[in-house]
Amino acid sequence: MKPLLSVENLRIAFPSRQGPVEVVRGVSFNLGRERLGIVGESGSGKSQTGRALLGLTPVSGTATADRLEFDGVDLRNATAKQWRSLRGARMSMVMQDPKFSLNPVMTIGKQLMEAVKLHGGKSEARDKSLAMLEAVQIRDPDRVMAAYPHELSGGMGQRAMIAMMLVTEPDLLIADEPTSALDVTVQIEVLRILDNLVTQRGMSLIFISHDLKLVSTFCDRVLVMYAGRVVEELDASRMSEASHPYTRGLLNCLPTITGDSRPLPVLARDDAWLE
Amino acid sequence: MALIEIEDLEVTFGSGGRVVQALRNVSLSVCEEESFGIVGESGSGKSTVLRALCGLAPVTGGRMRIAGKAVPSPRDPEFYRRVQMVFQDPYASLHPRHTIDRVLSEPLAIHGFDRREQRVEQALDEVGLGAGFRFRYPHQLSGGQRQRVAIARALILEPSVILLDEPTSALDASIQAEVLNLLDRLRAERGLTYVLVSHDLAVVSHMCDRLVVMQSGEVVEHLTREALKDHVTKNDYTSNLLTASEGFTRDPAPQR
Repeated sequence: MKPLLSVENLRIAFPSRQGPVEVVRGVSFNLGRERLGIVGESGSGKSQTGRALLGLTPVSGTATADRLEFDGVDLRNATAKQWRSLRGARMSMVMQDPKFSLNPVMTIGKQLMEAVKLHGGKSEARDKSLAMLEAVQIRDPDRVMAAYPHELSGGMGQRAMIAMMLVTEPDLLIADEPTSALDVTVQIEVLRILDNLVTQRGMSLIFISHDLKLVSTFCDRVLVMYAGRVVEELDASRMSEASHPYTRGLLNCLPTITGDSRPLPVLARDDAWLE
Repeated sequence: MALIEIEDLEVTFGSGGRVVQALRNVSLSVCEEESFGIVGESGSGKSTVLRALCGLAPVTGGRMRIAGKAVPSPRDPEFYRRVQMVFQDPYASLHPRHTIDRVLSEPLAIHGFDRREQRVEQALDEVGLGAGFRFRYPHQLSGGQRQRVAIARALILEPSVILLDEPTSALDASIQAEVLNLLDRLRAERGLTYVLVSHDLAVVSHMCDRLVVMQSGEVVEHLTREALKDHVTKNDYTSNLLTASEGFTRDPAPQR
């Protein structure tokens, strides 16, 4: 089967006083109808990778790739018009923090309906939005439609944002740390909603997170990134068989409720991993 | 004997029609040289307990005692020499335009300590940074290094109690392990008493022998590390937290 998204040798560089710095250095992967996790520490380039797929690399940076194809469309030289027809409608992105990613002076309803209207379906915008809010298990969708982002809790805001991104029924959803700002119990609820929607609608999901344990229990396949490179790719179910010392180190350095290792094993970084 | 005793603590924010009761009847006691944990979600009031103890939250009821003596209000210098706090966000809790040297010397000057230079260098050594970091600014340090500076600032007055408010939640997993090991080692070397607040059950069970679980301003359960390991919890909320901390499961979990 032809993959939905294929990325080959993706590189992203930002200028600095010492010359361009590459934050993503040759990332390649194919994505089918599956849940792919991208894990790494802050600064490993995982978020920039996600942003580049949507053409959202900051203007100061440059993204290049040997191949960047989404369902037969070459994204490298896509025109603004092509991007408009893709973003939102066919691929969309859930950001980390609802406090910073929702428009603070627009009601949730207005923001939701804006997405529907832009991608066709003006007349049923309101019904569609309400149905979507119900799908993300918001109990009182009418109230939430009329509410401003600051009137909602973090978990509610994040659900509203997921609703906003899914209301156009995209083929690919990129979730950049969608639950990191939430409490553990709310986090699991939001993930369950995301999981159901992805399964029901046959969507592809790229799940970007720093939490290796969470990703390995949620996704089908995991890419581990270190300093802009993919150092390991493995099936989530076979996490315990990870062979790269970085992945092993990340797995071991987490404190556990059942284990009692004192002191905790510390991750010893090796310059050889950079190559 | 209990070093820190808190009885029926109440904290209320706001006035008039918009009153929020952040803490209701919170009682706990922490023994000397013990590591005590407080777990809960955001808004449960876990940080407010620490802030109330330090005099940073409006206490409206209850008693707080340290080593048998009531905590004075406002807090006197002697209190702060005994009790120090490490805050959650290492990016926000260090003055951006003060060098590390100035950050560490200020508490020494306030409390009239001698041999300041040696003490600053010693404190930096103890947290594994070394004297080379003395004249840098916070923006020249990584998150983990900044949190080490914050720990050094708390330690420099040689307190016996350290209040830790989510000391590792802003750090990456690998850096978290380093900071937790550092805290463990310092406690063993100096016989410190810790009160650790975290939303991460795994971190608390790693660091603490006893803990309380808080929900909407109240203590819902007292637990020991052993009980947590064996999943012996009486409260539904605690067992939900335990399940959630073990990662995502496809089977529907019991609803709250």
